[in-house]
Amino acid sequence: MRRCHPSIITGVHMSIRHSLLALLQDQPMYGYQLRSEFEERTGSTWPLNIGQVYTTLDRLERDGLAANDGDDGEGHVMYRITEAGQAEVSKWFSAPVIASNPPRNELAIKLSLALTLDGLDIEAILQAQRTASMLNLQSYTRQRRAAAKAEAEQDHDVAWILVLDSLIFTAEAEIRWLDHCEGWLKKHQSSTARRKAAPTTAGSQDKNSQEVSR
Amino acid sequence: MSEQVLQLRKVSRTYGSGATSVGALREVDLEISAGEFVAVMGPSGSGKSSLLTLAGGLDRASSGEIFVENTPLGSLNINELARLRRRAIGYVFQDFNLVPSLTALENVSLPLELDGVPPRKARRQAKDALRTVGIEKLSERFMDQLSGGQQQRVAIARAIVGQRRLILADEPTGALDSATGDGILEVLRHRADAGCAVVLVTHEARHAGWADRVLFLKDGRIVDEASQSYDPSILLNQSAV
Repeated sequence: MRRCHPSIITGVHMSIRHSLLALLQDQPMYGYQLRSEFEERTGSTWPLNIGQVYTTLDRLERDGLAANDGDDGEGHVMYRITEAGQAEVSKWFSAPVIASNPPRNELAIKLSLALTLDGLDIEAILQAQRTASMLNLQSYTRQRRAAAKAEAEQDHDVAWILVLDSLIFTAEAEIRWLDHCEGWLKKHQSSTARRKAAPTTAGSQDKNSQEVSR
Repeated sequence: MSEQVLQLRKVSRTYGSGATSVGALREVDLEISAGEFVAVMGPSGSGKSSLLTLAGGLDRASSGEIFVENTPLGSLNINELARLRRRAIGYVFQDFNLVPSLTALENVSLPLELDGVPPRKARRQAKDALRTVGIEKLSERFMDQLSGGQQQRVAIARAIVGQRRLILADEPTGALDSATGDGILEVLRHRADAGCAVVLVTHEARHAGWADRVLFLKDGRIVDEASQSYDPSILLNQSAV
């Protein structure tokens, strides 16, 4: 059963390369076997087509991270991980996942512009977003309950539960952020309502720092 | 059509009078059916608690009418209102409001006994309610022998004991850690699924996510609502794009 939420597909960059390499660390495998192992272990959260798998295996082989061991006698081309591949997997697991370039937040841009324009009801804009986020949160919570029930019935689906928890906490954080925005904008609306956006004079930022770049 | 358990028709509540009067609730219309779980959110002073105290018959509306199981609260005298509260309405508070000198079982059976139910029958019903919230084995414990989460379950058992079908919960997870709070929401959700009407006041969006409907209050008015029909199978069958 496919249970992907659109945001999982469009909003998250997934390292297929590292995931397949990690699976090869278990044992040598062929393409279709890798795909089914990947889908089983991630609860079919991320769909993977077989073309992607073979393209990735070609690249892993090219980069010396996996080796092609040829036919296993049943028509399957087997791949195994190399020493360099094992080092790459260890590096991947030990490194934190960092969103170095957060996507532009359309709502933040919308609100900043709304502040500079006359006749717009910023509270209504915030409330529309809050309601939409709450509808998402309700959906995720229902799916989480269903997943927890399945788990209680020994139908384990760890990856799916982790994804749902992540979506729940993200939606909650967005609603908290909207509440914060509303309070903050109320305080500053009077002083900014008539001010047009001034040209930015932000200086250059340290590219290596963890501060969010604009 | 589901049975209406709670109805508010153009309900307002104003505190004070003249220039200094404050409108806590302004012409609120609301209908909640049996089996529905409704969360109420809004900033401090938006009227959340006023809505709950009015719905629970703990306060009187300045105008408009409130019906609980089709009985207009405004038509009841103070004794009739107290009887209706004990028979039909269960309240769950953030700080539990349990009697420390009574056991869990006695706390739950107390409202029934006050209502004239014979002690043996009251205790049997209290035991059923404690079983429903998963703490039947703790019946003989006193409050200082229970954790916060267990005490809140006792409070919910007290709220649902007998035939009460309207549960009003005012920040019931406020004093609990996250995991224990989730357990309480699970109990409230089950009660709604079993046919109670549940109204939860909360400032935690994640907790409101358990509800069928979320009402947003601002300045005493309902300004928006997030509502979905409850059918997890539809959600689980979403296709990948």
